[in-house]
Amino acid sequence: MITCAEAVRELWAYLDGVIEEPERKKVEEHLAFCRRCCGELEFAEELRAFLARPVAGELPADVHARLSAILDDLEGQWAAT
Amino acid sequence: MCTRADQPRSRVDDERFRSLAESELPRLYALARYLIGDNEAEDVVQDCLLRAYRGFAGLEDDDAGPAWLSRILVNCFRDRLRAHGREPDLVEFDEADDFSLYRKIADEDPFPYSDSVHLDFLEQFGREDVRAVLAGMPDHYRVPLVLVYMVGYEVKEAAFMVDVPLGTMLARLHRGRKLFERRLWDYAERHGLVREEVRT
Repeated sequence: MITCAEAVRELWAYLDGVIEEPERKKVEEHLAFCRRCCGELEFAEELRAFLARPVAGELPADVHARLSAILDDLEGQWAAT
Repeated sequence: MCTRADQPRSRVDDERFRSLAESELPRLYALARYLIGDNEAEDVVQDCLLRAYRGFAGLEDDDAGPAWLSRILVNCFRDRLRAHGREPDLVEFDEADDFSLYRKIADEDPFPYSDSVHLDFLEQFGREDVRAVLAGMPDHYRVPLVLVYMVGYEVKEAAFMVDVPLGTMLARLHRGRKLFERRLWDYAERHGLVREEVRT
């Protein structure tokens, strides 16, 4: 049976589905009896979801103006042909 | 400079490109800030727009447009790093390897009246806080986290994009996650996010 430290080390890889047998089975065996590591697993899932919140941000007006000008230029190139 | 062969197929394509690019600008800029930081984010988005325009005729499914633009942005970011010969920062890994944010929060119990102290801890962080934490991490560890957990690439795909073997990417993800956890806690302490009275 693996220790808590070993199980915790593998939790994210386990969640990511990139852990190979027999390590995956060892993690599952550990999780089946260790409540604390189940808590670690739940938190790892929450942290993943936290990171995956949609990337959205404010586009500063000056940056937006410069990037729009590039799009204008590209359209202008097409129109000129 | 675009060549005729590079250009979109028609004015309809041109309008589609404009519409797609305009709607995606805030997200692309935010993603670029996560990847490369504030100073070069705009340059990476500019590179992305030029490259995307040249390749737009190859995009057949409009629904795939946002993911297609993200991929181009990541490629532009990678090319910029290579062109600058930017060396990865070194980090001491005693700092984070055995750190568990879950245990730290449980031990410190920053919100003693909470029934969900771990979730409450995460809720203290706005997107700018997360961006600041990530910005303080070395490229080596920040970029894999952004690509896999924020953009949603498969680990294999992310390894290919940054041109490292799969094993290297897995190791960087592991260390990156641990470092991120450690830095989240440090940031929360520094900014007073782990006091009951700041919880809303």
